[in-house]
Amino acid sequence: MTRSFTAWQRLLHWAMAIAILGMLFIGVGMVSTIAPSYLPLIATHRTLGIVILVLAVVRLGLRWRYGAPPLPVSMPIPMRLAAHLSPYAFYALMLGMPLIGWAMMSAAAYPIVLLGHIRLPPILPQSDALHTLLWKAHVYLAFAFFALVVMHVAAALYHALVRRDGVFETMASVRADRAAAE
Amino acid sequence: MSSGTPPARARTLGSFAAILVVAGAGVGAFAYAAGWLTPDRLTPARMLAALDGPKGPALGHRRNHAKGICFTGIFAASGEGREITRASVLASGQYPVVGRFNLGTTEPDSPDATVRVRGMGLQITAPDGAVWRMAMIDPPFFPVATPRAFYDLQVASHSTERGAMPAFIAQHPEFRAFAEWAGSAPWTGSYAETGFNSLDSFVFTDTQGYDHPVRWSLLPDATVTALTQAQLAAMGPDHLEQEIRARVAAAPQSWRMVVTLADPIDQTADPSKAWPEDRRRMEVGTLIVQRIEAERDGPCRDINFDPTVLPDGMSVSDDPFPAARSAAYARSYNLRAAEVRDYPYQRAAATEASR
Repeated sequence: MTRSFTAWQRLLHWAMAIAILGMLFIGVGMVSTIAPSYLPLIATHRTLGIVILVLAVVRLGLRWRYGAPPLPVSMPIPMRLAAHLSPYAFYALMLGMPLIGWAMMSAAAYPIVLLGHIRLPPILPQSDALHTLLWKAHVYLAFAFFALVVMHVAAALYHALVRRDGVFETMASVRADRAAAE
Repeated sequence: MSSGTPPARARTLGSFAAILVVAGAGVGAFAYAAGWLTPDRLTPARMLAALDGPKGPALGHRRNHAKGICFTGIFAASGEGREITRASVLASGQYPVVGRFNLGTTEPDSPDATVRVRGMGLQITAPDGAVWRMAMIDPPFFPVATPRAFYDLQVASHSTERGAMPAFIAQHPEFRAFAEWAGSAPWTGSYAETGFNSLDSFVFTDTQGYDHPVRWSLLPDATVTALTQAQLAAMGPDHLEQEIRARVAAAPQSWRMVVTLADPIDQTADPSKAWPEDRRRMEVGTLIVQRIEAERDGPCRDINFDPTVLPDGMSVSDDPFPAARSAAYARSYNLRAAEVRDYPYQRAAATEASR
């Protein structure tokens, strides 16, 4: 039996999966409404974005420390390539999107307030040009992120239902730790 | 085992179908959240399109209240407001402000006397970094009761159909009071002689945690001289900006900020209904405008006077307008910041160039 991701890695993966999906839906929902829910949505979006940024840093550390289980040798080369490259895209977006959002707010001279009273400092000076670049990046990368999540889910289910090669279980298992799995 | 046997093949097909259903459901839910499946949803984009009307936007400018001029100065808080809010910005002291006098028009080159509604954007920054932004206008109440009605008003006012406005007024009787104000209230020849009102209700929270629903106004200290629309028109198309520049250069101009506290029976959700005159009022400070700068290179142009940017101790009420304004202002800001090369927009030149 192949080993799994560590329990902390699995916990972070699933917690962040919920947070990131929530983030994408909140983002696309809040910019398309003028209803009173706009305000709690955007407040949640800001706070959750910073939470994801912090969790992504922790997760990157865990990944660096514990790595990932080996892929089954039966996997075809293109699938192996996709499996090796997709974490780079995920980590880039998990770290990049919150930073772009924070920088975009800074470039527009908005106060950046979490939970109603925690103020974060601006990370860029006010600038129309930077704001425009970051705003467009935030929007297009959000759609790219959602597409990546959909492909990721489809690939996970493909491993679980069609190939049944144990890859899905390396992240999905609920065993307490990897020692118990071996 | 080969997947070629009939039961195995059926199972594989079923698995692919399940994967497609999951992915499709995800994409569908995303499309719904984005409003793509509900074209009736009032989005910021639709609100701005309604404001633009058939002529389209003045690129690079605010999508409403497009004509304006920047000011800076100080807010001298009396400290009295601390009774009803823990916000540091109302603690006794002097705090820097940046603001913008403006006209409620989508055309930055509208002649002053053609615009009935005047506005003020204001930002006060407390020493601890807390920021309070406001966007106020001079009518004593808002023209309509809901953001949807405001959207309908834009559509009706741009409509070429006969009877569009009468039909709108029949559906939104609250608009009559505004029309009466617009037709009968005197004009003035100066921003310094204009009072500005929050109209929307907000909630102040004191140090004990008690909530106080409020509205506020900035009342001019300058002597108000009533004018007719024709008298203002005779002063020239940009009189207000020229006048306030000269006036502030000669002496700082001031406004008293008066906060009105709601009685429990007062409606906070409907800014088209003024509260009775006898409500408790508190003078929480004085705005002192010390310097005027052209919008083009001024400190106010790239600030979004979003009325939901509130310090700790202040929050929105059940009034639906601040959220709607915040959503629409954010889109207006994103668009105009990206169109900065078109600023200042010359519609005549742009129309000529596109021919």
